[in-house]
Amino acid sequence: MTLTPVLSAHWDEADSYKISGYQRHGGYTAFKKAFATGPDEIISIVKDSGLRGRGGAGFPTGLKWSFVPQGDNKPHYLVINADESEPGACKDTPLMMANPHSLIEGIIIAAYAMRANHAFIYIRGEIPHVFRRVDNAIREAYSAGYLGKNIMGSGFDLEVVLHAGAGAYICGEETALLDSLEGRRGQPRLKPPFPAVSGLYASPSCVNNVETIANIPYLINNGVEWFRSFGTEKSPGFKLFAVSGHVNRPGIYEAPLGITMRELLEHAGGVRNGHRVKFWLPGGSSVPMLTPDLLDTPLTYEDIAAAGSMLGTGTPMIFDETTSVVRAVTGWISFYKHESCGKCTPCREGTWWLSDVLHRFEAGHGTESDLDKLIDICEQIAGRSFCALGDAAATPFPAALKYFRDEFIQATSTPANVSYDPIAATVFAGASL
Amino acid sequence: MTVTTQTVMVTVDGVAVEVPAGTLVIRVAEMLGTAIPRFCDHPLLEPVAACRMCLVEIEGQGKPQPSCAIVVADGMVIKTQHTSELAEKAQAGVMEFLLINHPLDCPICDKGGECPLQNQAMTSGQSETRFLGTKRTFPKPINVSAQVLLDRERCVSCARCTRFADEIAGDPFIELLERGANQQVGISEDQPFDSYFSGNTIQICPVGALTSAKYRFRSRPFDLVSAPTACEHCASGCALRTDVRRNSVMRRLAWDAPEVNEEWNCDKGRFAFPYTGQARLTQPLVRDADGNLVPTSWPEALRIAAAGLAKTGAATGVLTGGRVTIEDAHAYASFARDVLGTNDVDFRARPVSNEETAFLANYVAGTPLDVTYGDLETATSVLLVGFEPEDESPIVFLRLRKAALKANTKVYSVAPYASAGLAKMKGKLLVAGPRDEVTVINNSAANLSGRDSIILVGERAAQTPGALKAVADLAQATGARLAWIPRRAGDRGALDAGLLPIGGRNTTDIISATGTKVKGLLIGGVSPEDVVGDLLNAISQADFVVSLETRHTEVTALADVVLPVAVVTEKNGTFRNWEGRDRSFNAVTPMPGSISDAAVLGEIANELDKDLSVSDYWASVAKPTLVAESPVTTAISSGQAVLSTWRHLLDKGALQTGEPYLAATSRVAVVRLSPATAQALDLQDGASTTVSFADNTATALLIITAEMADDVVWIPANSEGSSLNLPSGSVVTVSQVSK
Repeated sequence: MTLTPVLSAHWDEADSYKISGYQRHGGYTAFKKAFATGPDEIISIVKDSGLRGRGGAGFPTGLKWSFVPQGDNKPHYLVINADESEPGACKDTPLMMANPHSLIEGIIIAAYAMRANHAFIYIRGEIPHVFRRVDNAIREAYSAGYLGKNIMGSGFDLEVVLHAGAGAYICGEETALLDSLEGRRGQPRLKPPFPAVSGLYASPSCVNNVETIANIPYLINNGVEWFRSFGTEKSPGFKLFAVSGHVNRPGIYEAPLGITMRELLEHAGGVRNGHRVKFWLPGGSSVPMLTPDLLDTPLTYEDIAAAGSMLGTGTPMIFDETTSVVRAVTGWISFYKHESCGKCTPCREGTWWLSDVLHRFEAGHGTESDLDKLIDICEQIAGRSFCALGDAAATPFPAALKYFRDEFIQATSTPANVSYDPIAATVFAGASL
Repeated sequence: MTVTTQTVMVTVDGVAVEVPAGTLVIRVAEMLGTAIPRFCDHPLLEPVAACRMCLVEIEGQGKPQPSCAIVVADGMVIKTQHTSELAEKAQAGVMEFLLINHPLDCPICDKGGECPLQNQAMTSGQSETRFLGTKRTFPKPINVSAQVLLDRERCVSCARCTRFADEIAGDPFIELLERGANQQVGISEDQPFDSYFSGNTIQICPVGALTSAKYRFRSRPFDLVSAPTACEHCASGCALRTDVRRNSVMRRLAWDAPEVNEEWNCDKGRFAFPYTGQARLTQPLVRDADGNLVPTSWPEALRIAAAGLAKTGAATGVLTGGRVTIEDAHAYASFARDVLGTNDVDFRARPVSNEETAFLANYVAGTPLDVTYGDLETATSVLLVGFEPEDESPIVFLRLRKAALKANTKVYSVAPYASAGLAKMKGKLLVAGPRDEVTVINNSAANLSGRDSIILVGERAAQTPGALKAVADLAQATGARLAWIPRRAGDRGALDAGLLPIGGRNTTDIISATGTKVKGLLIGGVSPEDVVGDLLNAISQADFVVSLETRHTEVTALADVVLPVAVVTEKNGTFRNWEGRDRSFNAVTPMPGSISDAAVLGEIANELDKDLSVSDYWASVAKPTLVAESPVTTAISSGQAVLSTWRHLLDKGALQTGEPYLAATSRVAVVRLSPATAQALDLQDGASTTVSFADNTATALLIITAEMADDVVWIPANSEGSSLNLPSGSVVTVSQVSK
């Protein structure tokens, strides 16, 4: 399957991130079309397109928009989740660096459709250059009259506020993001009420991922049929696949959903020379790992689920045979332990305990009975925690144990760094330094 | 059976039950007698579903659900740990998680023996740990306030304390900080946990994380003898539980009284009890030949007291103070009228007026239970006159805050400035200095609408001539209901018992007439700084003075006969709260020889061959007509302002002695002036400012307060550093402290 650059079509142009570069290729025409179409029709188009949220959960976008009650005389808010923090996920950040105006035009259309006059972009504060770039893009859009009062004489007002998060993975969870945006500690809220009913400032709100919204202008300009010509029935459209790990050309590859990992791997120049795939993850550390025999699985929500994992953020990580599974899993769990917000017991204490035991394995001091205990801990976190962070934290270990039990047994006597030289797994391994 | 729209059918562990729609699953289980383990759940706090201990299985839901946060739906099939392996395993898992980092210090933990974590570890936990690592530890304890201590490693992050402070008290000064396993309760660097209700966080902590400096390491729960009691500190009428060990009070807890204090109380009621055991009078004292007070026997002291009082007879003034029980109040009333034959009897140890006497006689005394806490909760509007609930009746404050938040009750306050307490009740200030109060009351009819509106008038209204007449007229004109809320626990009962000078002298007049018309004094618990006039001088002018006291005071030092009486912990009795609701209690630390005021008075009457009786005084007495007193018109010179003052809840009150941790949480005295008045007086914000009246001065930092009455200066009465015990309305001099 070939690549189909849409969002990334012009990233090689020097001014792709400027309004001029965006407009050279038809930018800021879709929102005018949308204004002429009408808000309810826009929601219908997005529903018909089958576009699914690109932030990880894959929830149908049009359906999500339709949950925002209309005619309720309350302010509505569109919130863009640009807090990309999943280990292995790096797609929204390059998108906002190279093509921020697709996001802003998408915001205009989405806000118009759900009758929101305020949109917030909640962006990672740790990446100041992205913040600056999106900030500049918003200024350009204001100067061009695409944002602000009575946009292009349409009578539609839209203010866009860029908000820098203070650096917490939990703030990628939509209700924690809303709390953080309101100036509180980022911790997930009890649902119901759902954000569509009582979200930001207790008003109907919709939280969407950057890539999802950036899709919208292209969808509006080219139509449902064009959009559905990519991908599969249940996973229509194209996707920014951010391929990372032990590959020769890591990077963003935009392709239709349904491309296989093996095809993507070829586009990415294959596994490091002289090495072979040991395991891979389709979308960030929060999805179960898969083995090389599943490389031909189409990257769609449904096929990856059938293979026992999740498409997640669609940011595959490839690991070759130099990787210690024990070390990789311990690293991820350390991350979840560090990022657990502390609100609920299973996640707060469970990640702490998992990390404690896994570090013993990494040091070669695990015991076989610890393996059952780790599985038990994961079972007691998954489905018991307050939000999906706990579920995510309970995901890496069971899959790792399923495929690489021997390695964990080995780690009851041998430290991971002895079994697997950490230097061999680095990018610079073998390079002449 | 007809299922109305207000109820739904659900099944819990196979038992079908019809419950009101909107009920939480955990409550339904409770109704059926099924205890689902829980930590963060509290029936008076909003659900948070944080601890995950109460997970149950709900048919159709893949994951176990937190029963504390799930509202029942019709046809819902719920399986608790008793019938669901999933629920049982989920609960056991959460319990295991809670215990991995929990210290095994139960033997030295204050909570050990009454600890929900300990108890539920026994019902839902495993006997052996699978955790082999090193437990997380923190330096301990740390102070959340002077009184509230935190052992962070014991905390289970249930957020009950922070939710209480935020939702109930309106003092969100504690918050969970940090994240993950380092999450902990903390305060801001520059803002203390400034709350009159902080002790409740200790009581609802489901583990030993929060403890009080007062009780820490003092006792074990199983060594305590507990008894339900009533609070003696104010007219709110809180139900308490008093815990006693070896006949001394170890601690007091808020007890369950849904119709009054719900499950809360204030820090004064919780911590201010050491006075009961301190420097107590144990023997009667009389004057010897040299005029020295010397111990004597009860028969001797009673004989001397009886003889002296027989001589002064109808020329005796009786000042009982506001801390008497109804039983004691009836004894004082009968002793004054039946034994001494005087109407110079007054329970009011504070500034009083004849207008107030008439108001109380006509509108409050002897009336049955009318306005209640429950009525406050459903009122459309409440007007406060001369009454600062947070300081003067904290449980009324909590209920008004609840009403404002949940029932959108509008609270209006006739006051010189908008207090923090008023903001917490979402209240609106009807700004009035002492001299404008009557006008503002007269103009506030628009805020009231018939019986659903309530006027709460405080005892301080007596300090403004005309205010009580205006309040009575306002109630009459609008149909709003009226309730009087005094400060002291015994005030309402004393009033009902007849300790009001109908046809006699009031407190102020008794003091000023002593030495002339009044020859003798019988004094209960009255502090000289509380009253208008020089009580100590009056005592020295009197021919004969009998003091009934619990401890040595300035009054006992001058009295002719001092008779020791019991404190509340040593006697049975009843306080009648502001509603008119009786709050009875029994002795928790009975002491041989410690007897109540009523018993002492009965013995003196016995000496005089008289009997005391309980009578319905108000059924027969002719009530005086309520007439507005004339306003004060003293000119305000340059450099002067009209004083407005009240007492903070925590002050230098006689019953708060001996509790330094509590005293350390009291509010710092400040001086308040409006911007215009501050400018006229040439005073800057933050300036050290002196308020003075003759020789009497008080100094505190100035806070220039927006939206405050002009020409008015506010300073707390009887606070540390500010003992300017004058009535509101006094004209005082305000100046900057000279450097």
